[in-house]
Amino acid sequence: MLIEIDDLSVTFGKGRDAVRAVRGVSFAVNARESFGLVGESGSGKSTILRAICGMAPVTGGELRIDGVPLPKRRSKAFSRRIQMVFQDPYASLHPKRSVDATLAEPLAIHGIKGRDERVVQAMTDVGLDPRFRFRFPHQLSGGQRQRVVIARALMLEPEILLLDEPTSALDASVQAEVLNLLSRIREERNLTYLMVSHDLAVIDHMCDRLAVMKDGRVVEQLNRSALASGDVREDYTRTLFAASAHEVAP
Amino acid sequence: MSLLEIENLRVSFDTEAGPVEAVRGISFGVNRERVAIVGESGSGKSVTGRSILRLVRPPGRVTADTLRFDGQDLLSLSERKMRAIRGQRIAMVMQDPKFALNPVMTIGDQMTEGLRRRDGLSRRKATARAIDMLAAVQIRDGERVMRAYPHEMSGGMGQRVMIAMMLIPDPDLLIADEPTSALDVTVQAEVLAILDDLVKERGMGLIFISHDLRLVSRFCDRVLVMYLGKIVERLDARDLESAQHPYTRGLLNCLPSIGGDRSALPVLDRDAAWAE
Repeated sequence: MLIEIDDLSVTFGKGRDAVRAVRGVSFAVNARESFGLVGESGSGKSTILRAICGMAPVTGGELRIDGVPLPKRRSKAFSRRIQMVFQDPYASLHPKRSVDATLAEPLAIHGIKGRDERVVQAMTDVGLDPRFRFRFPHQLSGGQRQRVVIARALMLEPEILLLDEPTSALDASVQAEVLNLLSRIREERNLTYLMVSHDLAVIDHMCDRLAVMKDGRVVEQLNRSALASGDVREDYTRTLFAASAHEVAP
Repeated sequence: MSLLEIENLRVSFDTEAGPVEAVRGISFGVNRERVAIVGESGSGKSVTGRSILRLVRPPGRVTADTLRFDGQDLLSLSERKMRAIRGQRIAMVMQDPKFALNPVMTIGDQMTEGLRRRDGLSRRKATARAIDMLAAVQIRDGERVMRAYPHEMSGGMGQRVMIAMMLIPDPDLLIADEPTSALDVTVQAEVLAILDDLVKERGMGLIFISHDLRLVSRFCDRVLVMYLGKIVERLDARDLESAQHPYTRGLLNCLPSIGGDRSALPVLDRDAAWAE
């Protein structure tokens, strides 16, 4: 198992105001697998991704990559292996940094040479015209921005991508383009995905296995064929299923 | 005569690169029915909604051969008369309650402001009316919600509050601009069902602006598909599957579905000639 989450708990705040965002969650992801976490806002799914990156206060349990527990502080080696793509491309790009500066920063931090070729190559890889290299985020559309965010995550050639609702801020038509891009990149680079979404249809399209989350707990783990045949145990999964199929009450 | 009649509506903005026409001569009418305007970002659908309420501010320019609501020409109305229409007779629900509600006023103060100032209701009567409206959008603990601030509510709750607030004056026409895009799928269904019931019960007209064609087709009577400021196709919602235009077909097919195959999703092959 490449990623192992073992009885993870995350609690924000203390005492009376404590919020237990993640409550004893365990699952594991194989190398080159695509694993989905699905649930509503506040179910703790994004917090798990943030915990892996060391951006959430872990209060219990263990996180292991390749069987090795993650150290308290994430190292440079960690960011070479694992990168994150955030939900909102408007909020996750620096508004005053050009595409070029955004993509070159990870190279500078890790002392990687060949800046020009690598930036141009990364842009081509995600389907961005290299003419956009010196544009700023406000001069790009939502879909183009998300391509920049994905290109930035790929700069260090990681093996694992953590995807936090990568398309929920985008139009349905642009979502299709970005999902296709993510599928192609995974294929080409043998990547492992851990993807979070509230849309079961998106997770089903992208992932081999998935865990359904509610109130900080995993209520059910499924594989794709179980989902397709409707072979689910929990009522909550059925509710999500109906909502994702856009079954609006008449 | 329709409740709302629009003929040859054009909206343009001046930019550094010259004038940009966001809406380029569209015509449609709305009765007491549910009409969807569907298109991608930049298709002009939101600007269309805003121009009906005359919310496009200069230097944006709105022109139309006809822009008439209930027999009144909206373009020539004085600002004072327009204010009597806004909110009272045509109401608008915005996309994201996080940005559309006043963050430093309690829900109660925001909901009763109009009732007390405009209609001169006492605090007690206004509060009772607001709590009734909250009940209509299935918020049962209305009294608690009235004391809360917007940041203390979830997105779905905030959106219900906004719908309740818009429905207090009992408008004839409701413009909903992506009212569920900021919400979780499960909450989306609830909010849509509430909106649907209210529109039916009160016999309102509804203009539902969205980028999600499948969603609106289950919810509206008619669909107008916009691309680059033009209406490229008009359909009855039930005939959606037989849509002809490649753009409409593209919007229909680009969504993944549960149990679908995992080959690449069809993407839109946009053609500027569609909007000629």
